[in-house]
Amino acid sequence: MDLNYFLILSAFLFCVGVYGVLARKNGVLVLMSVELMLNAVSINLIAFSAFQHNVSGQIFALFVITIAAAEVGVGLAIVLLIYRNLKSPDLDKIDELKG
Amino acid sequence: MLDAAWLIPTVPAISFALIVFFGKRMPKHGAEIGIAAVGASFVMSCIAASQWIDRVEEATGHSEGLGAFGKSVFRAAGEQGVEPVVNTVTWWISGGLHFTVGTTVDGLTVMMMFVVTLISLLVQIYSTAYMHDDRRYTWFFACLSLFTASMLTLVVSENLLQLLVGWELVGLCSFMLIGHWWEDLANSRAAIKAFLTTRVGDIGLMIGVIVMYFAADTFSIVGINEYALSSGAEHNLLLAGAICLFIGIIGKSGQFPLHTWLPDAMAGPTPVSALIHAATMVVAGVYLGARVYPVFYEGFSIGDGGVNFMALIGGVTIIIGALLAFVQRDIKKVLAYSTVSQLGYMVMALGVGAWTAAVFHLFTHAFFKALLFLGAGSVSHSGSHHSFDMKSDMGGLRKYMPVTFATFMIGSLALAGIFPFAGFWSKDEILVTAGETGFEVFMVVGLIGAFLTAAYMTRCVYLTFFGEYRGHGHPHESPRAITVPLVILAIFSVVAGLINAAPLGIEKFTEWFEPTFAFPHLVHSEFDYGLAIISVTIAAVGIGIAAALWFSREELGPFRGLTQRNVLARKGYTFLENKYYLDHLYENVIVDGTRGVVARAFYWFDQHVIDAVVKGVGLVAARIGRFTYDVVDQQGVDGAINAMAAGTGDAGSALRTVQSGRVQRYALLLFAAVGLLSLAVYLANTL
Repeated sequence: MDLNYFLILSAFLFCVGVYGVLARKNGVLVLMSVELMLNAVSINLIAFSAFQHNVSGQIFALFVITIAAAEVGVGLAIVLLIYRNLKSPDLDKIDELKG
Repeated sequence: MLDAAWLIPTVPAISFALIVFFGKRMPKHGAEIGIAAVGASFVMSCIAASQWIDRVEEATGHSEGLGAFGKSVFRAAGEQGVEPVVNTVTWWISGGLHFTVGTTVDGLTVMMMFVVTLISLLVQIYSTAYMHDDRRYTWFFACLSLFTASMLTLVVSENLLQLLVGWELVGLCSFMLIGHWWEDLANSRAAIKAFLTTRVGDIGLMIGVIVMYFAADTFSIVGINEYALSSGAEHNLLLAGAICLFIGIIGKSGQFPLHTWLPDAMAGPTPVSALIHAATMVVAGVYLGARVYPVFYEGFSIGDGGVNFMALIGGVTIIIGALLAFVQRDIKKVLAYSTVSQLGYMVMALGVGAWTAAVFHLFTHAFFKALLFLGAGSVSHSGSHHSFDMKSDMGGLRKYMPVTFATFMIGSLALAGIFPFAGFWSKDEILVTAGETGFEVFMVVGLIGAFLTAAYMTRCVYLTFFGEYRGHGHPHESPRAITVPLVILAIFSVVAGLINAAPLGIEKFTEWFEPTFAFPHLVHSEFDYGLAIISVTIAAVGIGIAAALWFSREELGPFRGLTQRNVLARKGYTFLENKYYLDHLYENVIVDGTRGVVARAFYWFDQHVIDAVVKGVGLVAARIGRFTYDVVDQQGVDGAINAMAAGTGDAGSALRTVQSGRVQRYALLLFAAVGLLSLAVYLANTL
């Protein structure tokens, strides 16, 4: 197996994630896209770790998964509160900080 | 105690603050604090004096008690003599100059501290009765404490600068106390007169201090004395310094022609008069003369025996003061002019080289003059309904006030110089020394003064205590707080002179208190029986003539109504009654002259020259201001600032579109920026 396959996969996932974050209006979907980006990074870390015989990358990946879980918990709570207040998960409607 | 002498003025100074802040809440309204503080100072002064005497006797190896063999051998202690105890701390440093404060303790200092604290203590005790129910009782005691503290500061000063501080504080306190009853316009005018007249002399003192600093390169009193006696001293500089310092003495010690404030100072409460005249104010001048005596001795060439400024002023003051005492109706004014005259004796004694006699006279005079003033106060307190007019409110009081009468008589005899009272010894010493150092003229002046003194005191005693009571009250003896100080002072007035009674072989005063370090070698004259007999006889004749005039059945005998019959006598009387027209000269000629001519000239100058200049400057300034406002401010500065503000505003409006508040827009910009940065890094690395 070549390392490049993994990197291309991870790059593809990251791009999908970036597109989702920038383009989707629904807060939940934006959060899911963030997860995609995180996972792309995790794939990168694990791939390099495996090819270079160095476990620290995999440990990083474990940390990333843990943090991502916590982050999603907080993020979903925020989205839920936004939904309760605005009756809509649409992120474009939240522009109170407009200059 | 010699090293801790700073405590002696500090205690009354603290007491001043305590009385001001807590006095009114104390059971005795502050009097107890003042008396306790001055009492403590008095005890410390006694300890200091005894320690100094031990020091002198140790140094001279001369401690076999009363020194029973006439001339003592205190000069044999070596040419260095007994050094004063000097302690200093740095006050401030300016331009490399160290200004110090500290204490110089020697015989003169301990003697003065003893006198000042003793008299202050007695005066404060006396005041508890005399000032009873006064509306500013607490404040009065606070001032008395500060007065004592100021005088003690002056006395222990290590240098002339510190002495000047004490000197001015003494002047300030006397101003406050003379004007104690300021509701009466005359009193506040007297206070202002006392303050301003002494200020005239103070200018001289200040210049003198500066001259001496540049001459001796130090403010230190010991240093200045050493310089004055050294062979390298510049005589003209010393003469200039001595004249300037002497002007200070003239102002403070009521010498002719600046004596006019002293009688007016009688406007203050009587205890204050006693304090001013005996211990804390007027003797400051004589003290200064004694303190830096080498400057005067060398500057005025006293050792050469010529007529000099100092002796001349002193001599003139004796006579004019004594003559003025004859025409006063107010008992305190008689005493005031008597003080002027006695201060003349002290200054004259300094001027003829009789240092010890001058200081000795200061010492004895303090007791009997305080006694006389307090006695006069007692008379007015209990005998004459708070009046001091001898002719209308007194007379015959000896029956009603036996203690006051007896003590007043002792004081008068001491003042007149009758053997063996204190005044006899000190006055006699002045006359003897004047005769021996080649100042015979001044000896004669002193004898005339003694005659006049005896005569005017007889008149004063007669008018107060003899004849019929002319007042309208119910005279009675004063309370104990008044009579006890009188008795104590009377005892001192009798025995104080014996400390330097030459014919008995006692010269303790000379031995203990005359400096032997940095001091000119003065002539110590032998006691002269002939002169003593002459001076007592002259005083007795003075008393006799005055008594014959006033005590005779018809008052003044053949002289009664003389001023109505004889033009010359009337003119003389008027001349004296108007105080030689000196007040007239000062107020109408000098003050009004200044107010009139000079003031008008200055007014014209003000109106036409200074105002024109000011107006011109103002106009030009206004023009410049207008131009600056229109062009520089409005257009230049404001323009720049407005432009800056507008630019900032525009930039803000442009940038605010970026702040959309939408998270995704921000994320887009973020990614775009990262993308561009990556591209840039990539291109930079590959190219």
